[in-house]
Amino acid sequence: MQQQTKDTDARRQWMGVLAKSDESHVVQLWAGLSDLPAWEYLRRPEVGLVMVRGRMGGDGGPFNLGEMTVTRCSVRLQNGVVGHAWVAGRSARHAEMAAIADALMQDGDWRARVGEKLLAPLQSKLADDRGRAERKAAATRVDFFTMVRGED
Amino acid sequence: MYVAVKGGEKAIDNAHALLAEDRRGDETIPELTLTQIDQQLGLAVDRVMTEGSVYDRELAALALKQAQGDAVEAIFLLRAYRTTLPRFGASQPVDTGAMAIRRRISAAFKDLPGGQVLGPTYDYTHRLLDFALAAEGAPRASVESAEAGLEPAPRVTDVLHHQGLIEPSGNGADLPGDLTRQPLNFPAGRDLRLQNLARGDEGFLLALAYSSQRGYGNTHPFAGEIRMGEVAVELVPEELGFAIDIGTITVTECQMINQFKGSKDIPPQFTRGYGLTFGQGERKAMAMALVDRSLRAEDLGEQATNPAQDQEFVLYHSDNVEASGFVQHLKLPHYVDFQSELEMIRRLRRENAEAAQ
Repeated sequence: MQQQTKDTDARRQWMGVLAKSDESHVVQLWAGLSDLPAWEYLRRPEVGLVMVRGRMGGDGGPFNLGEMTVTRCSVRLQNGVVGHAWVAGRSARHAEMAAIADALMQDGDWRARVGEKLLAPLQSKLADDRGRAERKAAATRVDFFTMVRGED
Repeated sequence: MYVAVKGGEKAIDNAHALLAEDRRGDETIPELTLTQIDQQLGLAVDRVMTEGSVYDRELAALALKQAQGDAVEAIFLLRAYRTTLPRFGASQPVDTGAMAIRRRISAAFKDLPGGQVLGPTYDYTHRLLDFALAAEGAPRASVESAEAGLEPAPRVTDVLHHQGLIEPSGNGADLPGDLTRQPLNFPAGRDLRLQNLARGDEGFLLALAYSSQRGYGNTHPFAGEIRMGEVAVELVPEELGFAIDIGTITVTECQMINQFKGSKDIPPQFTRGYGLTFGQGERKAMAMALVDRSLRAEDLGEQATNPAQDQEFVLYHSDNVEASGFVQHLKLPHYVDFQSELEMIRRLRRENAEAAQ
């Protein structure tokens, strides 16, 4: 049971990284993966909408904010391993690569290589971008209150 | 009533060709790309996504290009496009508390955990035209903080809630109503009201919010918190049975805190108004939060006598696609109607003249 939770967490993690990365970055790294196994579509890339929900007051009951475009795709590797992808936007190519990568990451023979050549650089780029945005925001942090306090 | 007319195909076709030429403008000037619109007219893209109710920067940029920058026409185009796509499902509610913050301010507390982060704001600019932008050139470089990033920033309303000074948000239904699927009935729940306001016209909501501040339904608001940044969108695909992130979206959230004297059932406390938009939509989020609070008047036992407090008035007139359609349908041929009115006026005048003789 615990192992299953761990596996699920790991899969959630890489699926999220694949979905959140720029398509151009995935394409660029994909070129470095050679001799990928044959695969077939279980579900061809399909573009649709997901209703994005918010919460009333940020923490209350849900409400429908508006939709977003998403592309989903499912593939099966030659050895039967199935990969799924749900990726924001309308790129069939991005969803297809994400689904294949999801299958490869579940495959013991491929996991290390795809993890190293694809997932690790994608993840580090996401972290770098996030860090840069955060440091830029932090430079605009206001210190209104470095003077004498004590009125409270 | 308008009637169908026949003919005019050639003229209509030529008119659309003329429109296409007009849209392109002088062909010696480079054509705009969708990426340029996305990158350099980002706030226009954000508005079209919010009111068009589809988060897709490229589609919104295309709509703006096609509409020659007319936001309301672009919103109409995006709404029309969305009807061509299947709905795969709904996300888990986004967690704005876990937002990767790019801007976060409070007008109620100066000293709050996580601090005040101005971010990319027009506040404190002098609103003087910047002729440096008229000449092409690189922008001023932004500054990166040398220290680590930001501290965690809990919502201001959470801080007040811990002290019991503000009403809880309430749980609502597990499955919120969806006004793209069911017609709006009154009284409408807050879930439907917020969906309506999120899609609603910014100008209309801004004017209503302004009216509520000026005395047409006084709400004594404070901008408890405004935050803008990125949130992950999570969804549980059927084939997996667990939640995965499908992407990241930018949102703007506004929490208005309003004075409330209490009623016979509720002690005096602060109440809330809530605004949430796609992208950077601070003015819209603030207006939405003020109108949300105004529309809660009846729920809170307040007298609802002003336009901003009137559910039917607000919710039936907030949508600029519907409003634009009904106003603009007046351009369609009303020849038969008008002929009969003309007849009537002539008859009345004749009768008046005869009576006077």
